[in-house]
Parts: sequence; structure tokens; C-alpha cells
Amino acid sequence: MDLVHRYAIFTIAGWSGFFVMAVELLSGRILAPSFGSGIYVWGGIITVFMLALSVGYLAGGRLSMHAPSLRTLALILVVAAATTVPVALFADALLDRLFDVFHDPRYGSLVASTLLFFVPSAVSGMVSPYAVRLLTTEYRASGQVAGRLYFVSTLGSAVGTLCTSFYLVLHLEVNEILWGLTGVSALLGIGGAAFGATRAAAA
Amino acid sequence: MSCTRLLVLALAALGALASAPRPAAAEQVIHSEKSLYRQIIVYEDEGLRCMRFTRQAGGRQSCIDLKQPQRIVFPYVKMMLAALYLAPQPRRVLVIGVGGGTLIGALQRLLPDAQVDAVEIDPAVVRVARDYFGFVPSRHVAVGEEDGRVFVKRALRAGRRYDLVMLDAFDHEYIPEHLLTREFLEEVKGVMAGDGVLAANTFSSSRLYDHESATYRAVFGPYFNLKRANRVVLLRKGGLPDAATLARNAAALRAPLAVLGMDAEEWLPAFSTAVDWRTDARVLTDAYSPSNLLNAMPR
Repeated sequence: MDLVHRYAIFTIAGWSGFFVMAVELLSGRILAPSFGSGIYVWGGIITVFMLALSVGYLAGGRLSMHAPSLRTLALILVVAAATTVPVALFADALLDRLFDVFHDPRYGSLVASTLLFFVPSAVSGMVSPYAVRLLTTEYRASGQVAGRLYFVSTLGSAVGTLCTSFYLVLHLEVNEILWGLTGVSALLGIGGAAFGATRAAAA
Repeated sequence: MSCTRLLVLALAALGALASAPRPAAAEQVIHSEKSLYRQIIVYEDEGLRCMRFTRQAGGRQSCIDLKQPQRIVFPYVKMMLAALYLAPQPRRVLVIGVGGGTLIGALQRLLPDAQVDAVEIDPAVVRVARDYFGFVPSRHVAVGEEDGRVFVKRALRAGRRYDLVMLDAFDHEYIPEHLLTREFLEEVKGVMAGDGVLAANTFSSSRLYDHESATYRAVFGPYFNLKRANRVVLLRKGGLPDAATLARNAAALRAPLAVLGMDAEEWLPAFSTAVDWRTDARVLTDAYSPSNLLNAMPR
């Protein structure tokens, strides 16, 4: 595998980490008007994101068993972005309904985060194990590959958390940030898919 | 970075913490606990018993005078009570943020028949107010332990209306950002009776001042802006009363306020409607509410 190919995979994994944490931070903002900003609201959000990622890891690992390719990895990124779009479009209406149904903000926020964020987070979770499969060329280096990949994706998460909470919210509205995040994912994903396709054709 | 260097750095950090400013010697801490949301410290100093949410000495959330518990210690509480100059006899009152319970205690004395709903997110604060600040809710006072925003939204849906709403949920360390947005203030406006009065304890410094002022203005139009160490926004939904009405109401409250150690007339000159903020400051909304970041920036 050539260097550009490897960089493309690492870039997707790092960006996916950025994306997940940026969305997670914004989810607190999105839920607060309906369910407050109590510790239980964050508890619900973090639970859902962790649960979704864990399911995503399973699914990503499984998907990597069948003809793994950069193109598919890139498409995972696009799907994660696409499933985030409803958050920007319909979150307010959904939260309004849930506010009437759930009088206990704990369960209200848990259900709201599940409906809004479970799918995009689970899809994002697929990226890491899938990327590990793409990067692994020999058995004895598999641990090192996994270590590097987690390094990059978790570093991406750290940068995403910092950028969003320190700077992005100071200048942009929640939905503007969401559109920006999905836009970058779409660009990276489509670019990666196209690049992956040319490599597949060449090979 | 080597392990040794890390260790040295960690030790240096510990050293810096250990040498951080300690409470003044006169101050006596009588209770300290970590609640879900903050550190709550109760201490006594020069005849006052105070609650604070920070480790640093000097920060005061709420205080009572141990010799005269009914005396109001903080000017901002007096500024909040000056809301009664706009409408002296509210029957239904909503207070968001209990703190030491001093504001609610004063309301109970001034308006013994008023129905008061109080909301506080931190159950530990309510408990400390009862145990250390003599906060005894009368049968007319209902204290709800929940998020203020959720309470207001629920009240709005239930069609409840208040003659007086008092927002006192901020401290100098942290602002619940969802309680300082146009949408929240619209909801507050929704639970105010037709001629209901709002009193909001806010900030008078930092870049947040401009944004906060613009946000209140966008929702409510003109308001009285009382400024001392704090800034208190006072307004009436149906339009502001004139100076003569304020003076008349203040005069009528002279005796009951004097019992609380408050000179009713002292606050009349503070009623200002001057626009002393940048009117082009961005209005805070649910989608744009970096209040804590703005509050950390100099004006």
C-alpha cells in the first residue's frame, strides 16, 4: 500500500474522531433548552454515544471481513454525515414532542439522544476497526497498526472537542457548525471514495 | 518527554496548588461539601455567615447577618426587591435559583400571602440553605429541585402565570447558558402575567454585558438597568411605570423594607433606562450562547 493511501485512511479516521466529539458537545447544547443542562443530561448523552460507538466497532469489524476497501471506508464517513443531517433539520420539532411525552428529563434526554445521535455515532464507530483492517498487512504488526490508528482517531477527538468548545461556539451557531462538520465529512468521504476507486482500477 | 521530566512537572504543579491563596485567617469554615454541581462552602466572618461555591476566600454567593438574620446583606438582593416598586403586590411569584434562600425569605416577610414557586437545580444548595441559613419555606412556598429552563417550559405549557418572576441562577463562576438566551426569555415572558414584572440578577462587567443587554432588549424592549457591584434588570411586561409611580410604591414600602435594613428611597436614583451597551452586539440564542466564554473576555 502506498503512502498516499495510508494517509487517506489516517485522515478519515482522525476526522471521524473530530466529528464524533464535536457532535457530542453540540448535543448538550441541542438538548439543554428542553431538558436542561443537569448532570443527568450529560449522563444520557455520554451513555448513548458510548453505546453507539461500541455497536459501531462491532459492525465495522464485521464489515471489514468482506472485500475491505478505502472506497467503503470513505462511504462510511459519508453515511455518518448524512445521518447527522436530520439533527440540523428536525431536532427542535422532535425535542418539542419529547418534552410533552417525557416529564422526567433523565429519560427525555436519554430518548432524545438515542433518536438523534445513536445512528450517526454508531456509523462513525465503524471507521476505526475498518481502518485497522485496511492498514494491517502483516500479522505481527497488527497491534502497532491498531495503536497508531487509535492514536490518530483519539487525537482527532481531542482536537474536535477543543475546537468546538473553545472557538467554534464563540463564532457560529449550532446548526452552522453541524453543517460545516457534515460538509467536511462529505468532501473527505467523496474525495476518499473517488481516490479509492482510481486505485482499485489501477490495481 | 521523559518520565522524569513529567514527574518534575507534576510535582511543580502540586507545589503551585499547595501555595495557592488560602482563606483569610479570620474566616471560619463551618461546612463544606461537594454537591453534584459544585463545591459548597459555608463560612463565618465578621458576624456574617456566607455561602460560596469557590475555594478562594472572598467569593460570596449568599450571606446572612448572624445577629440580625432578617437584615439583607447584599445590595443585589435589595435591587431585586426593588422590583416591588414596579408592582407592589404580586400574588404569584417565581424565583429561579434559591442560593441561601435570603431573597425568598425577604419575599415571605414582605408578601406573606403570595404564592412562591422556587426552583433550584442543586438539591444540596436547598439543604444547606435550610440547615445553615435559616431558610424555612412557608406553606406558601414550593421549592422544586430541577432545571429552571425545564420548569419554565413546563409552566408555560400548563398555562401558569406569575405576577413576578425573579431570575437569580447565575454566579460569577458559571452561567447556565441555556438560561441566557432569547428563547428562554421568550418562555419567561410567556409565564408572566399581562402586567407581570421581571427581576434578573446579572452581570455588569465583561463582554457578556453587551450581549446580555441586547438579548433582554430584543425580548422585552426598554428596561430599568440598576447597577452596583451587580447589575439587575427590572421591567414590566405591559411597559415601564413612570418615575412618580415608582416613587409612590417605594414610599408605601418604606416601613416593611426598613425592617430588612433596606432604605426604599436609596434605590430610586438607580432606576436607569440609559442604553449603555453596544447595541450591535449579537443577541444570544439557543443556537448561539457562548456566555461563559464571553464572560471571560474583558469588555
